Amino acid sequence: MYRLVQNYFGRVWLVLVFLFLYLPLLFMVVFSFNSSRQDAVFTGFSLRWYEALARDNKIVEGFWLSLQIALATGILSAVLGTFAAFVLVRYLRFTGRTVFSGMVNAPLVMPEVVIGLSLLLLMVGIQNVFGWPERGLLTIVLGHTLLGMAYAMVVVQSRLLEVDRSIEEAAMDLGARPAQVFFLVTLPNIAQAILAGFLLSFTLSFDDVVISEFLSGPGVNTLPQVIFGYARRGINPTIYAAATLLISVISIAVVVYSIWVARQARRRVQEAQQAFSEPAARASYA
Amino acid sequence: MAQTETYTRAAPVAPFLQIQHIVKQFDDVFAVDDVSLDIAQGEIFALLGSSGCGKSTLLRMLAGFEAPTSGQILLAGQDIVGLAPYERPINMMFQSYALFPHLTVWENVAFGLKRDGMPKDQIEERVTQMLDLVQLKQYAKRKPHQLSGGQQQRVALARSLAKRPKLLLLDEPLGALDAKLRQRTQLELVDIIERVGVTCVMVTHDQEEAMTMATRIGVMSEGKILQIGKPAEIYETPNCLFVADFIGTVNIFNGAVEVDEADHVIIAAADCKHYVSHGITGTQGMEVHVAVRPEKMSIQSEPVTDAQRELAAEVGYNLAQGVITELAYLGSLTTYHVKLASGLVVKVTHTNDARHGSSSLTWGDAVYVWWFGSDVVVLTR
Repeated sequence: MYRLVQNYFGRVWLVLVFLFLYLPLLFMVVFSFNSSRQDAVFTGFSLRWYEALARDNKIVEGFWLSLQIALATGILSAVLGTFAAFVLVRYLRFTGRTVFSGMVNAPLVMPEVVIGLSLLLLMVGIQNVFGWPERGLLTIVLGHTLLGMAYAMVVVQSRLLEVDRSIEEAAMDLGARPAQVFFLVTLPNIAQAILAGFLLSFTLSFDDVVISEFLSGPGVNTLPQVIFGYARRGINPTIYAAATLLISVISIAVVVYSIWVARQARRRVQEAQQAFSEPAARASYA
Repeated sequence: MAQTETYTRAAPVAPFLQIQHIVKQFDDVFAVDDVSLDIAQGEIFALLGSSGCGKSTLLRMLAGFEAPTSGQILLAGQDIVGLAPYERPINMMFQSYALFPHLTVWENVAFGLKRDGMPKDQIEERVTQMLDLVQLKQYAKRKPHQLSGGQQQRVALARSLAKRPKLLLLDEPLGALDAKLRQRTQLELVDIIERVGVTCVMVTHDQEEAMTMATRIGVMSEGKILQIGKPAEIYETPNCLFVADFIGTVNIFNGAVEVDEADHVIIAAADCKHYVSHGITGTQGMEVHVAVRPEKMSIQSEPVTDAQRELAAEVGYNLAQGVITELAYLGSLTTYHVKLASGLVVKVTHTNDARHGSSSLTWGDAVYVWWFGSDVVVLTR
């Protein structure tokens, strides 16, 4: 009996975990094709909610707004996060380093509600003094960037620590000025980490509800806000359709990316092996 | 204070690289403590020492990555201390090679030339020339991770020579290679450097590397240069205990001067009396160390006859009795560890120059160890 449990426990557990994670999503995908409004019973296959989605301006506008905000946030976070990472990795001693490090990392540990509320108060205060900014796209981007920058910095920082400093010295030794060293040598070697930081902030921003809620203005609604709003007013399978589309797009993107990364890794291994399987063509040193 | 001997190949030349009273201080520690050196054009000069002796710091100051606390460095008469690394006509080959991982071999070698704004066709020509020199032309399109360690080293060398620098710096050039490869590479590296004709300063902790590759060696310890000279001079005529002990193996007898004459000296040590066939600057009763290299000693089970001696005056001197405690047969030579009466263990190296029966000595044998008075070095510090 014990042996039986030992053999199958792992697999059973795995299945249970997958069900726990994906059953709600599966439920939603299935019911996006439901012919009626009910949640409990599947009355028949229909594409009516997808038709409704196409006609629903609010959701479509929300999608485009979210996309714009996410792009802007991603780029800003990647750039600012890289600067912050550089400062923390390359300059080990300067006045205020601990404070700086703490402040950049703080959004990672603070509750989003607290961040949102304090940013709102700040924006309102500034608006009272300068008459600007109006709460809307800009303020949401700023709020999202605050969070995204922290994540991007962590990713870039860890990559930066791995980069061998001697290649930068070698570049200087060969005649490259400090700016050239950064753009020609350092940047290409941390590019993947910066991209990862961008993607992370993009995703975070697209998905964000709390900060968007606090910092959005009248008529400005991101997609998650729209969906949230619909969900609160009652069951509307149109949002199931929207969500299903989103999931499909992301799934396809992830699968394509994974295949590409796996192929790159395999190619690198093959190339590295090339060096050693080469027959010694000359008597001179290998 | 370091001796400065001018290296002469053809005729004496003015020093090409002059390091003058360089000091590097980190808080309270003197990493480099008042070092002065003259290096001639075309020389391969090795800074030899164990880790922490300051040799790498000195090299980095030559490259421009560290600024000296005080002192000047003159390259062909120009003081380079104020110049940034990218302004100096000096190139360095790093211990880890520091190849740019995102560029191909060709692009790595061309990097420095592009920064200089060299026209494309000239770059093409120079890079091809360099790759030919290190025999890596067919690997031009590969990236560093696709190359073996030895190949990477050759790319690093080609890259550091591409700009035809006035001075080439090598940081532990063979440190990252395995032992077998190291031996082959030592001579090939020297061959390439001499063919190009560039002046070279290298840093190493490996004495074999220094002795094989360098025309002159500077032995460093604790930020100071202890001795400068050709490999044979450093080995046969060390000027202090540290240098004698650092290079190769050496037997040290501690004793006091008994007889001090102009042409010979007799030193009394615990196990024997040394007859040294040259005068030393010293006084009677002075404490000295007598250094004898293992290969200069002879070992035999029979007592030493007068006929074996070169000088009649040496009879009874330069001789000790002991028991073989260890024996290492290394094929071409055998090293005996002989324990003398006072407990001092001396090492004696014997070349196995006859195939059979050259030596029947074994563990526990009572033996006589002897040497010639002209083969010792008397050291006062």
